Amino acid sequence: MPTDPRLLLLHPGDSVYVLRDQIAAGETVLVSGTAVAFAQPLGLGHKIARVAVAEGEPVIKYGAPIGRATRAIAPGDHVHLHNLASDYTPTYALEGKA
Amino acid sequence: MRGWLRSDGRKGIRNVVAVAYLVECAHHVARQIAAGEDEAHVIGFPGCFPNPYAQKMMERLCTHPNVGAVLVVSLGCESFNRFQLEKAVAATGRPVKVLVIQNEGGTKSTIAAGRDWVRAQAAALAAAPTEPMSASDLVVGTVCGGSDGTSGITGNPAAGIAFDKLVAAGAACIFEETGELIGCEGIMEARAATPALAGEIRASVAKAARYYATLGYGSFASGNADGGLTTIEEKSLGAYMKSGQSPISGLIKPGDIPPKGGLYLMDVVPDGEVRFGFPNISDNAEIVEMMASGAHVTLFVTGRGSVVGSALAPVIKIAANPHMYARLSEDMDVNAGRVLAGEATLEEVGQEIFDLVLDVADGRQTKSEELGHREFILTYKSFDPIGPACLPV
Repeated sequence: MPTDPRLLLLHPGDSVYVLRDQIAAGETVLVSGTAVAFAQPLGLGHKIARVAVAEGEPVIKYGAPIGRATRAIAPGDHVHLHNLASDYTPTYALEGKA
Repeated sequence: MRGWLRSDGRKGIRNVVAVAYLVECAHHVARQIAAGEDEAHVIGFPGCFPNPYAQKMMERLCTHPNVGAVLVVSLGCESFNRFQLEKAVAATGRPVKVLVIQNEGGTKSTIAAGRDWVRAQAAALAAAPTEPMSASDLVVGTVCGGSDGTSGITGNPAAGIAFDKLVAAGAACIFEETGELIGCEGIMEARAATPALAGEIRASVAKAARYYATLGYGSFASGNADGGLTTIEEKSLGAYMKSGQSPISGLIKPGDIPPKGGLYLMDVVPDGEVRFGFPNISDNAEIVEMMASGAHVTLFVTGRGSVVGSALAPVIKIAANPHMYARLSEDMDVNAGRVLAGEATLEEVGQEIFDLVLDVADGRQTKSEELGHREFILTYKSFDPIGPACLPV
């Protein structure tokens, strides 16, 4: 299915794409044949869901699990701290940033 | 390529005077002694209380192939065994001198005595003869720091390709750290040279996972998340790409010197109960451990944009993120971010890194060397010796 060339698939079994370039706020991006609008800008290296992942199921990148979905993920969703958690140790991110 | 032959058969790619302080109380004096002398590099241990790991690390660093002479600066009452350190350096044939501040008359007297000695040694080292050297004489380390979502898809796999070329040329290559390989244990085991080594690798990663779980944080900084990385296992898989495709020949701990060429994993997480805090509190702690295991050069892959170098051994900085490269090009030796725009292939960047390692080994200055970066940090740890299955026969 057609996908924006800025989305990189690292491994055929992956549930996420990786951004090879940035996406501006309000931009529409073609993800696996579906147009998805992004309200927030996203930097390169960020992940966008390629397929649906149910809550509690592993998210796959590089062909290997990188943690589990903490809520249901739909194709085109930004996949990050709000919907993915480690199976090993929790992730620390600075609080209080704009 | 030419280098300085040492009495243990290893060859150095630089010929520096190490000025080693043995407790933080002697740090200022050591820094003042080295100030203004380009070939004097300050290293040291800040703690006042004894630690066999720190003792071993300082002995290994003072006898690193890039070191030609050693000035030891002691306050006088710290627990570090300066007698043992002096003996270990002297046994290699290197000039060594110990200055004890409490016996020298204080700060000014010690600085004056130290400067005279360092200046004379630096002049002698500058005139020392060199020998032919080849890639098979090299030990090359790799670390990543300030990682983001690009590190694992550009800089790290390109460093891995350079590692494959170096291993094929007979070099010993070291990757780490086990705390950033959590989640990769299964795929790494499959690359181990022997089943017994595979077991050791699995155990080292399990130890790291347990250690970090006790601390409550993974080896994961806030900037990693800003750069698109979400979990430690995701960061690990990206970091793992630095290791390339070669079979894993051995598992070493900081200060163990690879006995022959090949790819080695360094286990940096302390043994026993969790004590002394985080295994490596910042990137330079990892570079120091690579050097203690003999690394002549360290490849440093960064996405967010680290600027560090190191005392004693050059650091080659590889930018993974093209946007960061555009901002910080004055600090970067290689722009692996070109891969994302289709301006270069991973293979081309890997070849560029390989060629640069050989040039730097032959004397070319890296960006961090030109900029005067000489970072160094060494803290408390404790290790058991590696098991018999860990090294190639």
